[in-house]
Amino acid sequence: MLAATLSSGWFLENAWLIPLIPAIGFALIIFFGKRMPQGGSEFGLLSMAASFAIAVGATVQWIQRVNSASAEGEHALGGFFGFTRAVLPMAGEEGGHSAAFVEPVVRTWTWWQSGGLEFGVGQHIDGLSIMLLLLVTFISLLVQIYSTEYVSGDRRYTHFFAALTLFSAGMLVMVLAENMIQLILGWEIMGLCSFMLIGHWWEEAANSKAALKAFFTVRVGDVGLLVGTAVIFFGANDWAVERGSNGFSIRAISAWALSGEASHSVLFWGGVALFIAAIGKSGQFPLHTWLPDAMAGPTPVSSLLHSSTMVVAGVFLVARVYPVFFVGFDILDTAVNLITIIGGITIIAAAALAFVQDDIKKVLAYSTVSQLGYMMLGLGVGAWLPAVFHIFTHAFFKCALFLAAGSVSHSGSHHSFDMKKDMGGLARKMPITATTWMISTAALCGIPFFSGFFSKDEIIDNASHNGYQFFYWVGLIGAAMTAAYMTRATYLTFFGSARGAAAGEHHDEHADAHDAHDAHDAHAAHDDHDAHHDDHHGAHAGPHESPWRITAPLVILASLAIFSGYLNAPAVGTHYFTDWVEPAGVAVATDHATTDHATDDGEEHALGFAALAAEEEGGYAEGCGFTTPEDGTVCYAPKLSHAEFAWSKAAPSILLVAFGILMSAWLSMGVFGDRKNPLKGLTSRSGIARRGHAFLVNKYYLDHLYEGVIVKAVAHPIAKAAYWVNQNILDGVVNGVGRSGRATGEWVYRNLDQRVVDGAVNASGLVASETGHALQPVQSGKVNQYGALLFGAATVGAIVLILVNI
Amino acid sequence: MYAVNFLILGALLFSLGVFGVIARRNAVMVLMSIELILNAVNVNLIAFAMMNNSAEGHVFALYVIAVAAAEVGVGLAMVLMIYRNRRSIALDELSAMKG
Repeated sequence: MLAATLSSGWFLENAWLIPLIPAIGFALIIFFGKRMPQGGSEFGLLSMAASFAIAVGATVQWIQRVNSASAEGEHALGGFFGFTRAVLPMAGEEGGHSAAFVEPVVRTWTWWQSGGLEFGVGQHIDGLSIMLLLLVTFISLLVQIYSTEYVSGDRRYTHFFAALTLFSAGMLVMVLAENMIQLILGWEIMGLCSFMLIGHWWEEAANSKAALKAFFTVRVGDVGLLVGTAVIFFGANDWAVERGSNGFSIRAISAWALSGEASHSVLFWGGVALFIAAIGKSGQFPLHTWLPDAMAGPTPVSSLLHSSTMVVAGVFLVARVYPVFFVGFDILDTAVNLITIIGGITIIAAAALAFVQDDIKKVLAYSTVSQLGYMMLGLGVGAWLPAVFHIFTHAFFKCALFLAAGSVSHSGSHHSFDMKKDMGGLARKMPITATTWMISTAALCGIPFFSGFFSKDEIIDNASHNGYQFFYWVGLIGAAMTAAYMTRATYLTFFGSARGAAAGEHHDEHADAHDAHDAHDAHAAHDDHDAHHDDHHGAHAGPHESPWRITAPLVILASLAIFSGYLNAPAVGTHYFTDWVEPAGVAVATDHATTDHATDDGEEHALGFAALAAEEEGGYAEGCGFTTPEDGTVCYAPKLSHAEFAWSKAAPSILLVAFGILMSAWLSMGVFGDRKNPLKGLTSRSGIARRGHAFLVNKYYLDHLYEGVIVKAVAHPIAKAAYWVNQNILDGVVNGVGRSGRATGEWVYRNLDQRVVDGAVNASGLVASETGHALQPVQSGKVNQYGALLFGAATVGAIVLILVNI
Repeated sequence: MYAVNFLILGALLFSLGVFGVIARRNAVMVLMSIELILNAVNVNLIAFAMMNNSAEGHVFALYVIAVAAAEVGVGLAMVLMIYRNRRSIALDELSAMKG
């Protein structure tokens, strides 16, 4: 029944294998990994390679499907909610290319039934999931190849690969999810695995603390996910059941949100709850504190977590059920909404923090937070496609940056991540690492013709296009800050004079010197790992280039950091990504008739809509997400327009980025270089600079806020305000009342409080204590005696039972 | 049939088991006695199932066997850990849980 005219294929129909294979791989590693010659990593690599192959096949078939839909141009039949439906092409998307509706490949199996509800598990393949399936399998594969070298000799090598593989499986389950329950399943698997991976070297207290922090902080958000899912379910279920689905199905939720029948407040509060989940998972502003601490994990973990999985999950959630947010938050109708506020704050706050980090991985961590802010901002301003495109490009260059940082620490700075102490001047010693780092940095900064430029600039451009002028400026300033802190990090790592371990200072002083106060040299606790590395370094003393298993993923990722942007580069006129990924915001007819009649009905609708489409052209005021779809039709995505690219519009961001880079390079050379410079030691001379620096170093004191001060901060102003009211307004009245009250109070205290209340309290305490003492001998700690008591009691019970029954 | 014979057997097994739990010092023997008690219950279940001509008792007995296996697994692991730590599994020497 599926797809009479749309092309499909084996890979698309069986995309559910993609998460299943790594899940099986995980089981194999856990059960047989230790006995394998490669410690189980071969299972991980093979399963990821197989998944990647299927993902590639599915991608190719999806592209064919999209092409067949646009070539068909007329209507295609597909199954929806068990009914048939005709798809109506809408002519005249802005930019000239037609946007035909492409039926996602949906398959469901019943997972379990409870109280008349069916919980399904299945696959929902559309452009967004195809894109992430390809991305996640690809990056996971590269990270696993990299890990075989990076963690070789580690004492929990097998478990590391097990957790890594299960982690990818969790992300894939979530990406593929057909309903919210499955999405939660994948989401939670990821939460668990991130805990295991961040705390991989748990022997050090700092690492296990970071793992706990990550787990619990994300947990705060997860409550939002559960609440949001429940709210949406109860809102959407009746509507969806009428149409043969249920309130968990993602398609049903999207259609319901845009149907015009959904209650706005349900959508709003459901959206808020879901967005809280996204804040936790994607490290958005108030809950971002776990993310930099998560750097305690091994570098491959950081790169996987921070590029294509885990942190992207929150953005994915918002993009997946976008209609809920679109309608609930009135995106495009109001000048500001929750998503843009959080995204905007995150961009600036995280970018500012990245300036004061000495740890190279923490710079990257804050940069990730900031870039996630861009994605959220993009979703908040109605730039769905640029935001999703930014997920795509960001994954490549951020993964490359983390792996390059890992390569530096692995072979250049003897496991230190401290840029100020142990790096500098590494560009000559590690040419491949340095080149890939700089290419990825250029992509991250948004230098023209690298991938980041095309995605980030689209977000910024669309913010202004959709009328979010303020956030346009936030995006621009964020871009300049990004360029500046990345220049600083690049200078400290690869240029200037070599310091510490990078200068070839050897590590006989393992116990003291920098290792002692470098909490992030997690390897210090790992004797076998170090033993391995001492051999390793015996051959080539000092910094050197990493072996091929590290550089090969780096080179692949860096070249993608350049070229992935051209999938959707309006500057050179390509928009493949838009065609393949963006869901068409067109009304799609559902039909309650049988298959035979459906074709006829479909054509009728098609005629009706062709006329409607002509009227709608070029306007935002009508179409999906703006007007209620006609009877018998539903929308799956809001109709969004895209800003036209123009170099003149990109010019401000290019200029600001250039300014950021030059400014930062000049400052870095001044402050960290060898030359004498008035800026040197500014923080120790100027009070304002010092305070600002301390404010940033302490991460806006958010951790202090969360860990203890929050009670004070809330309680203190309230107490103060109450005191003020007391002193200035109520004084006279209170004094009079107070005096008489005091007399009464004293009497009450003497008679009631001391005698009656305290007496009762003491007496009850005494009784409890005495009973406890009396019963103490029973708790002898002797098992036989307990057994005797148990059977004695059973005997008494049996006798009573017999007596009663007689 | 002669259900009463089975019930008598069950009662005997049960009494042996209770005696073992209360009187033995050796932790492993106590665990074995607990097994006796559980199997006494199984015998009873099967006997009653036979009397009533129903399969439920059989099913339940199978459950009890599964639970008993799990219980022995946990129990023996605990005994092993106690032995490693104290070099003895005499129960009367164990009173760390004394209140």
